[in-house]
Amino acid sequence: MATQVDAGQMDVGSEAGRVTDNTPETVVVRFAGDSGDGMQLTGGQFTLSTALAGNDLATFPDFPSEIRAPQGTLFGVSAFQINFGSTEVSTAGDQPDVLVAMNPAALKVNLADLKPSGLIIADTGEFTKRNLEKAKYEVNPLEDGSLAKWTLLAFDISALTLQAVKPFGLGNKEALRCKNMWTLGLALWMFDRPRQPLIDWLNAKFAKKPILAEANIAALNAGHAYGETAEIGGQVKKLTIEPAPQAPGLYRTITGADAISLGLVAGAQLAELPMFFGGYPITPASAILHNLAKMKEFGVTTFQAEDEIAAIAAAIGASYAGSLGVTSSSGPGIALKGEAMGLAVMAELPLVIINSQRGGPSTGLPTKTEQSDLYQAVYGRNGDTPMPVIAARSPADAFECAIEAVRLAVQFMTPVMLLTDGYIGNAAEPWSVPDPEGFEPFPVSFMSETNNPGGKVLPYKRDEKGVRPWIKPGTPDLMHRIGGIEKAPDTGDLDYSPPVHQLQTDARKAKVDGIAHHVPAQEVSQGTTTGKLALVGWGSTYGAIHQAVRRARAKGLDVSHIHVRHIWPMPANLGDLLKGYDKVIVPEMNTGQFKTVLRDQYLVDAKPLNKVSGQPFTIAELEAAIEAALA
Amino acid sequence: MMNDMTPVAVKTTLKDWESDQEVRWCPGCGDYAILKAVQRTLPELGADPAKTVFVSGIGCSSRFPYYMSSYGFHTIHGRAPAFATGIKLANPELDIWLVTGDGDGMSIGGNHTMHFLRRNINSQILLFNNEIYGLTKGQYSPTSREGTPSPTTPLGSVDRPMQPCAFALGAGARFVARGFDTSKNLPEVLKAAHAHQGAAFVEIFQNCIVYNKDRFADFTEKAVADTRQLWLKDGEPMLFNKGTQGLRLNTDHLHLEIVDVVDGDWQAADVLVHDVKNRSVAHMLVELPMADFPVALGVVYDDPKPTYEGAVLAQDEVAREGKQANLAKLFARGQTWTVDAAEDQGPLSNV
Repeated sequence: MATQVDAGQMDVGSEAGRVTDNTPETVVVRFAGDSGDGMQLTGGQFTLSTALAGNDLATFPDFPSEIRAPQGTLFGVSAFQINFGSTEVSTAGDQPDVLVAMNPAALKVNLADLKPSGLIIADTGEFTKRNLEKAKYEVNPLEDGSLAKWTLLAFDISALTLQAVKPFGLGNKEALRCKNMWTLGLALWMFDRPRQPLIDWLNAKFAKKPILAEANIAALNAGHAYGETAEIGGQVKKLTIEPAPQAPGLYRTITGADAISLGLVAGAQLAELPMFFGGYPITPASAILHNLAKMKEFGVTTFQAEDEIAAIAAAIGASYAGSLGVTSSSGPGIALKGEAMGLAVMAELPLVIINSQRGGPSTGLPTKTEQSDLYQAVYGRNGDTPMPVIAARSPADAFECAIEAVRLAVQFMTPVMLLTDGYIGNAAEPWSVPDPEGFEPFPVSFMSETNNPGGKVLPYKRDEKGVRPWIKPGTPDLMHRIGGIEKAPDTGDLDYSPPVHQLQTDARKAKVDGIAHHVPAQEVSQGTTTGKLALVGWGSTYGAIHQAVRRARAKGLDVSHIHVRHIWPMPANLGDLLKGYDKVIVPEMNTGQFKTVLRDQYLVDAKPLNKVSGQPFTIAELEAAIEAALA
Repeated sequence: MMNDMTPVAVKTTLKDWESDQEVRWCPGCGDYAILKAVQRTLPELGADPAKTVFVSGIGCSSRFPYYMSSYGFHTIHGRAPAFATGIKLANPELDIWLVTGDGDGMSIGGNHTMHFLRRNINSQILLFNNEIYGLTKGQYSPTSREGTPSPTTPLGSVDRPMQPCAFALGAGARFVARGFDTSKNLPEVLKAAHAHQGAAFVEIFQNCIVYNKDRFADFTEKAVADTRQLWLKDGEPMLFNKGTQGLRLNTDHLHLEIVDVVDGDWQAADVLVHDVKNRSVAHMLVELPMADFPVALGVVYDDPKPTYEGAVLAQDEVAREGKQANLAKLFARGQTWTVDAAEDQGPLSNV
């Protein structure tokens, strides 16, 4: 990876304002403030301007589960980190180069992560006695020299904002709400970003209250002008991060939740099915329901159910009636859906279940990220209940995974779980907008005439892949009954005699196992197909593993990266592939779940590398693990 | 709207509704009589087996779909209303019959029953109330009367039972009716439920001959029918006991009371005329104490309101109006930027 900016470069004022030789390839900025300070919005808009400037980027929104925690408290701090650069970026960055701290609590919570000699921008107006107490500071850190190892840029953003918006006659509280725009103005100046897209956005957002639009624009301009004029005192200079090399085409930024929504819509269109989405509000999965509720023209019907169970049950009902049933939740909600998933497996109906994983167990860490629902996804149902599981590795990848989940569900008449997590769901990255013509359709054909002329219809007669027909109620002459009780082959008549249960259990397992031959073979995402060490990851650890392996390989270390999308069943070649490495390490944000599955399936001596702090892996942590393994 | 369309009548007979499956209820179970009543009613409705779906949860009553030769879905415990919601939203032309019991519909699935009624999804809900858990071998249920001895309440249950019809009205049901398994009037009640556009809730008292035998005999037996059954008819006085007694509204204390009717002059006795649209009286009727009053049977309340699926479809239609399902446009929503081939520095390498 590129040399990251070091603050030595940053605090030397340059009259030219343009840096050439010393310009870093990537920069990590973290905006931190109260959960009511609008940090997520500031970060989101900075992300947009960064994308429009053509940089590659990755973001990490990190916020508390309280909507507006008491002001100034340590637990109420909300942060948004963005890593952007003129080269490939695949994580939100290990350590920020720049920390924007809107109050003492934000400084305290985030300071430890700041790169040595990194830049702190702090709002002195918020470093009041009361706020310092709330952040448990005995002395004002801006004044006691404790920040000496960093570059400190402290000024009264609150006062400067009030001054800038004074002409608009807003109340004090409303006026101070413009602080985030002032800060954003300064950040846009620092990285040489145009303000116009943001001005357009503010005008659109406050179309009904133009006074607020004007005040926010004034604050934005004031922050920008503050950087432009000499007032900063040469402590910081403007940096131009050149656009990252990208394949030609149309781009936009996309979050995982957006990507999944679009992928589901695309999948339903490719299957030529209307979509029914049943959901119940839960963090961090709700965004998908919000998105789809606005996409009705694509044949989408959304249903906010009375609970998680009703959400999946309604989705299964819709699938039974001939729609693509989809439901979505996070771990606790997925637990509630377990019984209904079993019914979908038993009745053999298509269904897509999205699990936006969060920290567990129980309520756990609703807004933090974890990969600890893998066992739940693969094994978490009563009975022998095999079900395919797919995991998305990034926001953009989530789009393709959603289509793949739909494909498997309708082609194999089975529920499919798509694993994502809070990090992928909320994080944004540039997305090369795909051409819909480029996808191969997989239209569904419902049975319209009996498969047993002269006898009764056979709703559970399997084809060569073990798949039963999909028969919509309403179809003349094909009436039949299905349910969750064990049933005879072909007819589906209620039958739980010993040989029948054995036969049907085996058939359900064989059908799902067989999917391994209908998914792409496992590829090595970086490195070689044999060697000393492979890091085998899944899900949102992709970026960190990718960069760690890249750095290690640049140092000449023999390490490869394999990233598994198809968690269950796994691609048919994966076992042989893993046997080609002397060592296998499985980094994951849980206590070793995928590692256990790999060991069980392939008798491979996979070693765990685990992190369950609610925070993603840093590249450095993985690099250290690689070096230790190859030492 | 589609759900208000009158379906084309199809000619069938009782036999056409019998499936080839062996019925597995205990011999003498009240469920047999209900099954026959339903199979007898459907031909009279001109129902089409291909467009009829029986959806059930878990319990003795929930085996019902297997015995009907229509479409059927035997789902999981308590959740049938939620499955039915998805089915109806996906295809509003389907005629949904929900079959549930006091345990399935009022205990584990109470939440779904409540919301299904509140949303008002066009369908018929048949709640077989036998005041006991049958399939799990005789535990007391939420409708069991106080003091019911059962394996889980060997000294008698201590919690007060709930009234399914009162629950339904409380949840916002627009149709509430009552019948019992062996009643010759049951088909009429089912027809009224079917005619109602919206969620039609029918409580059917059902005799569990193994675990709660003759629980309802004190009003279902022929010998006591006259004094113990009050069959309600819209626009007609609430009379029973061969017209010698009736119900009157005590306007001082706002409750129903029994009055004697002399020489058939019910007007003189102030007997209440049944109005199926009167929600307040409906509440009073379903809550009449069984011991002191005849049991109110038939259509208690019937006042249709727009259905959920109708409203959802109408909203979807408006939202879709003039819009095309253009994926390319959808993908490119929001702010986009273009990287020109001229500026291309080669695609990103992953390795």
